[in-house]
Amino acid sequence: MNKLVRQLLPFGSLILIICILSALKPDTFLTTDNFLNVLRRSSVNGIIAVGMTAVIISAGIDLSVGSMMALSGMVGAWVMIVIGGTNPQGAALVIGTFVGIVTGLACGSLNGLFITKLKLPPFIVTLGTMSTFRGISYVMNAGKPYNIPHYKYLNEGVVLGIPISVLIFAVIIVLAGLLLKYSRLGRYTYAIGSNREAAFHAGVNVDSYLIRIYALTGLVVGIAAMITTSRAVSAQPTAGVTLELDIIAAVVIGGASLSGGRGTIIGTLIGTLLISFLRNGCTLLDISTNVQLIVIGAIIIVAVAVDQLARSKAAAGQTE
Amino acid sequence: MIATTDTNRLSDVEIALRMRGISKKFGPVQALSDVSFTVRRGTVHALVGENGAGKSTLMKILAGVYQPDNGSIEINGKQKVLSKPTEALSAGISMIYQELDLAEHLTVAENVFLGMELSGRLPFIMDQKEMTAQTTKLAQRFNFKIDPTAIVEELPMGDCQIVEILKSLMRNASIIVMDEPTSSLSESEAAILFKLVRTLREKRLSIIYISHRLEEIVGLADDVSVLRDGRMVHSGSMANLDIPKIVHYMVGRELKDFFPARNINIGETRVKVRNLSSKNGVEDISFDIRKGEIVGMAGLIGAGRTQVARALFGIDRKTSGVIELDGCRLEINSPNDAIGDHIAFLTEDRKRTGLCLELPCSWNVTLPNLVAIGMKNIIKPGRERLIVTNVAKRISIKWLGPQAPVDSLSGGNQQKILIARWLLAESKFMIFDEPTRGIDVGAKKEVYSLLNELAEEGKAILFISSELPELFGIADRILVMRRGRLVGNVNPKKTTQEEVMHLAAVEAAQ
Repeated sequence: MNKLVRQLLPFGSLILIICILSALKPDTFLTTDNFLNVLRRSSVNGIIAVGMTAVIISAGIDLSVGSMMALSGMVGAWVMIVIGGTNPQGAALVIGTFVGIVTGLACGSLNGLFITKLKLPPFIVTLGTMSTFRGISYVMNAGKPYNIPHYKYLNEGVVLGIPISVLIFAVIIVLAGLLLKYSRLGRYTYAIGSNREAAFHAGVNVDSYLIRIYALTGLVVGIAAMITTSRAVSAQPTAGVTLELDIIAAVVIGGASLSGGRGTIIGTLIGTLLISFLRNGCTLLDISTNVQLIVIGAIIIVAVAVDQLARSKAAAGQTE
Repeated sequence: MIATTDTNRLSDVEIALRMRGISKKFGPVQALSDVSFTVRRGTVHALVGENGAGKSTLMKILAGVYQPDNGSIEINGKQKVLSKPTEALSAGISMIYQELDLAEHLTVAENVFLGMELSGRLPFIMDQKEMTAQTTKLAQRFNFKIDPTAIVEELPMGDCQIVEILKSLMRNASIIVMDEPTSSLSESEAAILFKLVRTLREKRLSIIYISHRLEEIVGLADDVSVLRDGRMVHSGSMANLDIPKIVHYMVGRELKDFFPARNINIGETRVKVRNLSSKNGVEDISFDIRKGEIVGMAGLIGAGRTQVARALFGIDRKTSGVIELDGCRLEINSPNDAIGDHIAFLTEDRKRTGLCLELPCSWNVTLPNLVAIGMKNIIKPGRERLIVTNVAKRISIKWLGPQAPVDSLSGGNQQKILIARWLLAESKFMIFDEPTRGIDVGAKKEVYSLLNELAEEGKAILFISSELPELFGIADRILVMRRGRLVGNVNPKKTTQEEVMHLAAVEAAQ
């Protein structure tokens, strides 16, 4: 029973927030446009949160995702300009997009390699690369953004009435959910996070799988970076500053444990939407972004506290 | 009880510690039953017993870490209730554990005063000078040679022991418990330690000395107490005892028909290990195991038995050695290789190296077997649960179902989850490291039956255990290890437990 309550809690909170906002602002909140808008805004964070979920289930952390996003976007845009001149179009944009995504993949692999081969804690490695990736983003164009005025498709494109970015988000959610549940990679991710030593003794090639987890996180960060770039029609070296905190918050609100072994993609999706709707609601209610920070901070603490309370009660029930 | 407690007649003035009728139960396991333990002032009192006999439980009760279910403790003639470690400390009990408890980056004097630093004239500033002076004075009183300003990290192991002892003395300890103090010392350092212990005795302190090395006890202790299966089976003066007698008290159990019979059908050589050495202290081990044979491995804690298993399973790097299975030479560099070569390793610490506690039982069982059960690319949860349920039935695991998290199971059933894992793996060579540790008697018997069954199927089994009776009850042959080397390869039908304990515990005459 307790388990069910625990799983439904984030979802219940999400529904509650939507209901409250619908009641308060029926004409502006409860519209298709607003919902699509929220989803579109969620997509970047949500895509990255999917990667972060895997990392956190493996008992790791990736603080570098924000910087990695800036760097991937900068590299992608730079390639577009190198190939297509100051106002790149067509093939240059496609190639640039591809290179941007690969940059994310490379950055993630680098994190994984440092963590496993140098045997350093993920916190330290990604704290370092967070700074390094950001630094490179600034150095690339002397702190200025790369403007690519025609790079609009990922943001404005619509298929069957649904924005492209939301579709990409949905595909990644489904793929990651399947991967976590039905692949060895997913199973080993849980095992490594739950008890790394035990996984190793059971023949799991821990290093190789950790590298894959961080690399795949890099990959989704690369995708999110190109969506962000498209939204701003420019690559900003300042993109994604403190983004990692929002992402970790979404994953944790979704029920993942920072000590590893627990977490789901559905939970992360709900956590991401919860934060997005909350921000959207606050904006509609004319609550300043500063106050939003306070609200979100409180929600993180309450969510995790309630989760732990339910958990310790469940544990107490078992030993009796 | 056989206890010859001649210490009972001593006057209270002579008694530093009197524990009476101490009992302690952990779940279904009776760790200590009605144990009485008396230590005279100004003596070295050896506490011995097999692994799991209850020594550390008794000492943890004395240190205030555990609370006894029954019994009383008297220290220096005063009844005490030690409900936390600090209370034991202030009652004059000091523990020196095998793994020393020092702050490595601080100086000797800072360690001696750790937690009770002397403050100087300014607030929050320690009086280094005074602390150094007092440490020097204390060390001189006991004739210890040590520089109070040296950084602990840079001291040799033997000197670290001195720091621990000084720490105890600075806290006015009257009873010092030393747990396997020589295990990490060289021989010359050990000799210095014995001198220290004798000095403490001259100063009327009492030392409770726990050691597996019986030969050092004989030369050092005044009294000896022997625990076996949570009972005090002998307590008295060292004068009337020698090593064989102590060993007899330690193992003197009868083998009842606790061990199920087996159709012994031993075939050709299955496992061949030659000159195995590892960086983790295994030196030049060679042995064979035949099809259907259960080979036991005896030895004291730290003898290197687990390290042999780790080297075989590819966890520790081998420095030399050849492993053959059914005549094929194996190249094993990781547990993954070992599992691929049909080797299983049930580790001794199921919580640390065995189970993913919060994950479902079924996941734990299939963890090393996903490829073997045809789920290399796609896991089919329904089929997985079915497979696991079938294995679970075979060894009658009591659970709430395959999806229940492992930590909802009892210790014995958790162990069975790990056994189920290796059953599913269809291994040819199975290493069981202390498979019956921490599980109750009924579950133990089931484990024995299972080992028999596996042997009857023709598997080669290496059975590491610290309990000699079960080795004698189950194994066809017993390998004895001491300090990383194989020192015996005996037939349990032609030898005694005393003999094996002697091999394991006593240095060969030079």
